[in-house]
This record gives sequence, C-alpha cells and structure tokens, in this order.
Amino acid sequence: MPFAHHMLVEQRRWLDEVEFAEILSMAQVLPGPNIVNVSVLVGRRFQGWRGALAAFTGLMLMPLVVVLALATVYSRFADVDTVRHAFNGVAAAASGLVLAMGIKMSRVLRGRMVPIATALVVFVAIGVLRVPLVLALAVLAPLSIWLAWRMRAARKDAR
Amino acid sequence: MSGSLLELASQFVVLSLLSFGGAAATLPDIHRQVVDVHHWLTDAEFTQMFALSQAAPGPNVLVVALIGWKVAGIVGGVVAMLAMCGPSSVLAYWVGVARDRFRASPVRAAIERGLAPITVGMIVASGVVLMRTTDHNVAGYALTLATTLVLVLTRVHPLVMLAAGAIIGIAGFV
Repeated sequence: MPFAHHMLVEQRRWLDEVEFAEILSMAQVLPGPNIVNVSVLVGRRFQGWRGALAAFTGLMLMPLVVVLALATVYSRFADVDTVRHAFNGVAAAASGLVLAMGIKMSRVLRGRMVPIATALVVFVAIGVLRVPLVLALAVLAPLSIWLAWRMRAARKDAR
Repeated sequence: MSGSLLELASQFVVLSLLSFGGAAATLPDIHRQVVDVHHWLTDAEFTQMFALSQAAPGPNVLVVALIGWKVAGIVGGVVAMLAMCGPSSVLAYWVGVARDRFRASPVRAAIERGLAPITVGMIVASGVVLMRTTDHNVAGYALTLATTLVLVLTRVHPLVMLAAGAIIGIAGFV
C-alpha cells in the first residue's frame, strides 16, 4: 500500500491526498484485498470498467506468475531438509505478522466496550470454535452494524 | 473442470464477499475447508503455502493462488485467484459507481463502524489459527510470539522478521 500511495499520489499525481484517503477507506470497508479494491476503484474512476479491468490485471498478473513459478521451483526442493526447516521458520514468523496486524488494528476499538465485545465474540467463533465464516458473519455483521447505528442514534439524542 | 476445481472456485467465490480485512482474515475458514473438510492439503502443506505467499513479493491474497495450485496445478491457482478477487472486485466497482450517493450517508458510517470490530476479530482469529497450524514446538510458538511483539512495538520491516524466521528454521529450532 505505501508503494501504491507513492505511485498514485506522489509520482503520477493521478489522485491528491484527500482522494487517495477516501478511496483507501472505501477499499478497507469493502470485502476483498484492499490493494485490489484500490486498483478497481482508481481504474474505474479514470476509464470505467476497462480501466478497472486493466488496473486489476496489471496489479495481479506479474505477482501471480512469480508466485506460481516460485511454487513450482519450491516443489522440487520441498523434500530437502534445509528448505523445509527454513519454511517452517518463515511460517512461524509469518503467523506473528498476522497476529501483530490484528493487535495493531484492535487499537481503533480502544475504550469502547461494545465493539471490543463484538471483536471478542468474532474471535471465539472463528478462531476457537471454528464456526464457518459464512454463518458467523451472517449473524454478527448485521448485529454489529445495527449496534453501531443504535449508538449513533443514542449519541444524537444525548446532544 | 474437475470436481475439486469447481468446489475450489465456489468456495473462494463465497469467501471473496466475506473477506472483510482482506484475504488474511479468511485464512481460518480456508484452512477449515481445505484441510479439515476436504483434506486437499495437510497441515504441513498449508503451512508451506502460507509461508511461501508471505515470503514472495506481491499482495498476501496470493496464498489463495498457492492453495489452488496445490489442489489443481497452475489452472487451480489461476481459478482460485480469480474466484477470490472477482466477486469483491465487481462489488467494489459498483460501490464506486454509487459512491457519490453514499459519501456522507449515516448508513455508510454505521457500516464502517460496525465492520471494524468484525475485521479485528477475524484477523486476530487468523493469527491464532495460523500459530496453531504452523508451530509444532515451544520454539515455534516462541518465534511467533516474539515476531508479534517486535512488530507491535517497533518499526522493524516484516521481511526482516521473515528472514530471521528462516535462519532460526535452518538452525533447526522450529
């Protein structure tokens, strides 16, 4: 994402900071990889569906080719102990990457009990009980949005 | 299309629209389906694909391509990737079209605020499920937790931690 920001805002000047922030926040709310959503939203803005398609293809094609090529090479060496051990270590560290991302993101909930409780319920449902994601989200996402709506209404009344 | 390819595609089409917080947030469900339900991959293979996707350049949604590749070769990789990115991209496109109408809408604000804790819960769950899948001994858990701490508390680049993980792995600790 820092690279995307650099290219779109600083280098090519296709977007200003405000436009970039707006597109990024939209990309984050929507399901799907953020960077893919950014590419679709920016591509559409300039060239409609053709732009969206071009941006999506441009973003994904090379990494896809590279990663599949790497996987093919890797499969040749997967039985070599050194390679296997190295990847076990990378995987353990990479799990830490995801955990750290979750912990950093949880800071936005700081001090607000209802969202914290919601996040905990989601965590237990998916991470501990291993409830299918479809089921968990079908119940919890509307509930959480409704709660956010109610809190907003309550704040309004208080004013 | 072979049976598993079709199943693979339909699974990722659904996950695409549920991936609030990106592909990383859906890893527990991907693991549940490809390892526990369909037995397409073992825990060890899942771990390898996850590690490879994190070490490779590009967005981390590529783990989906690797899992597809493991299940059904190159075609599987491309199909899984398109299934994972297609529906969410189409949705993003139409939301982009409707953007002006929703820009200052209170509904949008409620959706954003309501989804934030969902995303946090999903990502933390993902980290814990991954930790349980990738780590086999005390040293493995220690490496995961140490990486977590370093990344939360400092500005060290994630790739540095992955490289450190590789070295610790080669040394035979995890």
